[in-house]
Amino acid sequence: MVNVIWASMAIIGILYAMFNGTMDQVNEAVFESASEAVTLSIGLISVLVFWLGIMRVAEKAGILRGLAKLFRPIITRLFPEIPKDHPAIGYILSNITANIFGLGNAATPMGIKAMEQMKALGGSDNASRSMITFLALNTSSLTIIPTTVIAIRMQYNSVSPTEIVGTTIIATAISTISAILIDRFYHYKRTRRS
Amino acid sequence: MGLVTAVSVWLIPCFLLIVLATATWKKVPTYETFVEGGREGIKMAFNLLPFLVGMIVSISILRSSGALEAFIDLISPLLAYVGIPPDIVPLALIRPISGTAAIGMTTELIDTHGPDSFIGRLASTMQGSTDTTLYIITVYFGAVGIKKMGDALKVGLLADLAGIIASIIIVSIIFG
Repeated sequence: MVNVIWASMAIIGILYAMFNGTMDQVNEAVFESASEAVTLSIGLISVLVFWLGIMRVAEKAGILRGLAKLFRPIITRLFPEIPKDHPAIGYILSNITANIFGLGNAATPMGIKAMEQMKALGGSDNASRSMITFLALNTSSLTIIPTTVIAIRMQYNSVSPTEIVGTTIIATAISTISAILIDRFYHYKRTRRS
Repeated sequence: MGLVTAVSVWLIPCFLLIVLATATWKKVPTYETFVEGGREGIKMAFNLLPFLVGMIVSISILRSSGALEAFIDLISPLLAYVGIPPDIVPLALIRPISGTAAIGMTTELIDTHGPDSFIGRLASTMQGSTDTTLYIITVYFGAVGIKKMGDALKVGLLADLAGIIASIIIVSIIFG
């Protein structure tokens, strides 16, 4: 599916530019955005190296295992395919904790580690059930405090920059619960088919 | 706000403190372990690079050609008919695709309509309550080399839709 979306965005853009006379902008965008993407990837190195280093220390110190023990009941229910003492549970929990606190940069490396562990469990190049559940949780956003939005609101002299925290928490809760339900629905559909 | 800021500022340093203190107490060779773990980060960032270049270039072709804008203009009246404010439509569409573009749009909406307007509050809530599905899928599946992503994209986009609808309803009820 991502292949089709990816190619169509470019195809539609180029075809539209032919009739819209925006070929100059498209031409420029191709090279500018490619270099932007490289800069972004290089920028990720600092964060990835630092957090993966720290997470390795945390792992060796047994902190991930401790966290996993604490939240085990909820997570094992959400991820029935992962064995209870598997390190994947610890990484999933670190990722979720970081997301809740809005530490997107810290959440990504832990999420990638969780995916690696889940891939090792599944042993194939196809997305496993646990991976889809994990992605669903992440894409629905788990942020409780939307720091960036609050900062933008402050810049534009809002009377109450934080007044949207309440509505954001409710909307986040609904989108996360929906993500879990939609994920379960598709899993049910898949298992019935096979 | 004071507490919120304090928590955000203290969280990472306190996490580092707990990790390093626990590791030292348990006699883990901290520095060597850190370097060993960190080395993986370099590999990971380079694994990500082609995925990000591909996705970002494709989106920017669509945006710079004017096709995305034209599409939004086209469907805005339809959505407005169902009760969705047309001004919010571009943000709702871009939110799952590009995080930086969505922040740009939220900022623009807050600038145009004011942070304490209905649109301003709705944009703020929407920005905070869903995440960039396409980016997350690209990064997570890309980094570990998953080729068949199953229902992940469908599930992610439907959850985004639920979040967007929830934002509109909740902001209407609370601030309407």
